[in-house]
Amino acid sequence: MSSQTAATPMIDVTVDGEVVQVPEGATLLDACRTKGADTPTLCYLETLTPVNVCRVCVVELEGSRTLVPSCSRAAYHGAVVETDSPRVRHSRKLVLELLASTVDLSRASGDVKRWMDRYDVDTARFGPAAAPGERDGRDPGHHHASDGATAETVAQPVKIHDEMYVRDYSKCILCYRCVEACGEDAQNSFAIAVAGRGFDARISTEFDRKLDQSACVYCGNCIGVCPTGALVFKSEYDHREAGTWDEAKQNVTRTVCPYCGVGCNLELHVQANEIVKVTSPMDHSVTQGHLCIKGRFGWQFVQNRGSE
Amino acid sequence: MPADERARMDLKLLPVEASADERAAVATVFESPSEVPNTDRVAREGLTEAKARRHLLLPALHAVQKAVGWISQGALNEICRRLIVPPAEAYGVASFYAMFSTTARAPRVAHVCDDIACKLAGADAMCATFERTIGPPGTPSADGRATWLRSPCLGLCERAPAVLFQLAGSKNADDDTIAPATVDEIEQVLNGATVPAPAVGSTPQTSGTREPGLRLLRRVGVADPTSLSAYRAAGGYDALGRAIEIGPAQAITEVSVSKLQGRGGAAFPTGRKWDAVAKAAETPRYIVCNADESEPGTFKDRVLMEEDPFAIVESMTIAGFAVSAERGYLYVRGEYPLATARLEGAIRQCRADGLLGADVMGKGFVFDIELRRGAGAYICGEETALFNSIEGFRGEPRNKPPFPVEKGLFGRPTVINNVETLANVLDIVLEGGAAFAGVGTDQSTGSKLFCVSGAVERPGLYEVPFGTTLAALLERAGGVAEGRRLATVLLGGAAGTFVSPAHLDTPLTFEGTRAIGASLGSGVVMVFDEAADMRDIVLRIAAFFRDESCGQCVPCRVGTVRQEELLQRLARDGARPSPAAEADLLDELARVMRDASICGLGHTAANAPQSAVTMGLFGGTGHE
Ligand SMILES: Cc1cc2nc3c(=O)[nH]c(=O)nc-3n(C[C@H](O)[C@H](O)[C@H](O)COP(=O)(O)O)c2cc1C
Ligand code: SF4
Ligand code: SF4
Ligand code: SF4
Ligand code: FES
Ligand code: FES
Repeated sequence: MSSQTAATPMIDVTVDGEVVQVPEGATLLDACRTKGADTPTLCYLETLTPVNVCRVCVVELEGSRTLVPSCSRAAYHGAVVETDSPRVRHSRKLVLELLASTVDLSRASGDVKRWMDRYDVDTARFGPAAAPGERDGRDPGHHHASDGATAETVAQPVKIHDEMYVRDYSKCILCYRCVEACGEDAQNSFAIAVAGRGFDARISTEFDRKLDQSACVYCGNCIGVCPTGALVFKSEYDHREAGTWDEAKQNVTRTVCPYCGVGCNLELHVQANEIVKVTSPMDHSVTQGHLCIKGRFGWQFVQNRGSE
Repeated sequence: MPADERARMDLKLLPVEASADERAAVATVFESPSEVPNTDRVAREGLTEAKARRHLLLPALHAVQKAVGWISQGALNEICRRLIVPPAEAYGVASFYAMFSTTARAPRVAHVCDDIACKLAGADAMCATFERTIGPPGTPSADGRATWLRSPCLGLCERAPAVLFQLAGSKNADDDTIAPATVDEIEQVLNGATVPAPAVGSTPQTSGTREPGLRLLRRVGVADPTSLSAYRAAGGYDALGRAIEIGPAQAITEVSVSKLQGRGGAAFPTGRKWDAVAKAAETPRYIVCNADESEPGTFKDRVLMEEDPFAIVESMTIAGFAVSAERGYLYVRGEYPLATARLEGAIRQCRADGLLGADVMGKGFVFDIELRRGAGAYICGEETALFNSIEGFRGEPRNKPPFPVEKGLFGRPTVINNVETLANVLDIVLEGGAAFAGVGTDQSTGSKLFCVSGAVERPGLYEVPFGTTLAALLERAGGVAEGRRLATVLLGGAAGTFVSPAHLDTPLTFEGTRAIGASLGSGVVMVFDEAADMRDIVLRIAAFFRDESCGQCVPCRVGTVRQEELLQRLARDGARPSPAAEADLLDELARVMRDASICGLGHTAANAPQSAVTMGLFGGTGHE
């Protein structure tokens, strides 16, 4: 929406009984936000093509048999939308419950926690969590039915294969953001994709090979878009494991990446004189949150030199 | 440097080489006569050659699976190199389908159906035998040459119990099925014997004294399905001739006037689709025949394809003529080897006779058909998932809108129709839409194929006019066995609902079933007598949806798991805290799946379980 100019025709959308105006080409989510309706989103990210898979953003659209995902449904003049009807509340609550009973959301944003409170999420109704297990290499179309006493989850061993970053898929909600960032939407490396099917679907390299043996170029863009902390910098992971991660003690310094002439903006997160992670501002016109290995991890060399 | 070479250089491949067999298998997809020349597609669609090749991914995976029995790292590498597909994506596709193995697997595999109709016919005991003699599913046999797996419905329910063999590594042994199958026969084939020919027919109305008035089954048992001249002698290609006579616009009008509604499950008016695509500004346009039939209990399309394959080719050609599409895709369920062979034969003969190709019937229009095999994924029957599957992507449904008539296959305007839907087009063109609309009821026109299986005397495929009651249909199938009592009927398949014997007088029409809260779905009529273990049946349905969910959206990916867990608790009397509370939770799950899922799989996954619980068939909920 940032690129909309005054010349774009405006259309009327009724959100929860109030008419708001949005530019043509806007989504129902844009309309909901214009109205000020706090609309939960998980898979949606401004800089990526909507995949509309999480379904937490659903709204009731007059004339539609089912609810519709607001993040990707185009708004049209005269659309009438309910964002807080019993149907909408029910689906949002259940989507969050189904996720929270399956995935470790402890590192998700404060927004997610707020939405879980708002919709009264209660994961206990599905029973205690089943024991963790391996999830790679499961066969599509086959599974062992449990006796239902416990609730199956995606809990699995964490993947730590190098010094750059950690993949903790017990925290993965399968939002496809990393796949998009690695592929067509940013990096064009296509190192990771969704593999398997159904509940056994997972983010994977080919044959679950380690990242350093895959097409990964360690741009870290997937980390940058992961909403649940499933993908983290090794430095951050180590600090968290050691109990020494402390965002209150971190300074964030904006700078321009020195490695080439593109001019990517970097945000250096510094804790006790140590660069603990590097991010890139989402709203920056050049990078849109994306970087390459040099900007993202080049500081490791700076630091290593310093400590030699 | 050509764009192609650049793309290939950008590709990071696996450091593993393919074997000679694997390389040769991948090479075959570039030779296949049924493939559209790539240059054609590139020129017409403005794609880079790399992108234009992606659609060969599924055929290439099939070729390797067939040649060596599994997809090794080396084989995947070779596929990626030749098709210019990133390995992670190719692996994502290979690991989506049940008929592909991405780990080493024995070359001879028996997929033993343990789905509903086969359960009723003793499949569990067969599986128990294999557990004992071979080991748990996937265990290699003593000589390492064979193994067995459980399978969802193989579309042979009228002859249950059924088994599908995937026979790799041998050029002269194609995949094949046996139904009804015995443990002995399965063991013999696993040991290297050839597959015996089927002894029982699937259409009781055409055996013995032929029932008069059959329309869709007109040629079944009459015309040799492997011979074009037999088909023509039985009136074949009169309809295309007539369509050419009346012209494309009138052909569409006849379809609209006939009020033909889709037989694939959604009952959408076919004329509206054709009209929209004919009027679409964009070209090329495509015709897709949805022959992925995987709804448990459904076998109608299989019988049509096996027994009257030329009718499918002809009707697709009429559709192509009507909407000015030059290319059709026929997506056949991977587990249908005989239907595939018959259709391939039909396409080949029609091409040779100028009924497909650059100048169809010498009338100056272009139409050709590519056949594509699915690879074991119910979800690929969903129209947009089917497009993705053909294009070489994971069979994940797309968000709608846009609808296929605007953006379908390869993003182009597409008519997608079910096999049975298309088969009706022949009569519509020949006798006119109005005459066709005279059969059946006002809102459900024509005749309908019903897949009757389970506890009846003569299971099979039955053609009756719309409006025939459920009771009358069951009577034709011989009713339930002497001394047994009808317990319930599953209408519409796993995605349908159980109906009680109190509804036997329901007319089988779209509107009639809707009135009792059910649906015709794909025409499944599965019959249970009081001896059936309904808990077991419902649990199988829940397992099916859990296995077949594509995994894309949360309500369905997790909802189908929670639904199965819940039903397991109910079945084991482990309800938490009470059966009534579990029934409420099931309702809550059903609501989110129905309201917030992306596609019809999630929308319908709770239908049958919920109806079973409500009707007290499941027991344990305090409803009995
Ligand atoms: C999960 C799922 C599976 C489906 N499987 C099939 C199928 O195997 N064959 C089919 O014709 N339609 C199937 N459909 C319906 C198709 O999406 C589509 O509606 C149909 O092919 C349209 O053709 P028709 O209008 O001639 O019925 C399926 C739908 C869903 C949601
Ligand atoms: S670091 Fe970059 S290249 Fe590697 S998986 Fe993430 S997005 Fe893809
Ligand atoms: S790893 Fe993170 S970004 Fe990727 S799918 Fe999972 S939650 Fe989404
Ligand atoms: S409803 Fe199920 S099958 Fe359909 S898109 Fe969602 S996860 Fe896939
Ligand atoms: S945010 Fe809309 S579907 Fe995920
Ligand atoms: S073939 Fe086994 S249930 Fe249909």
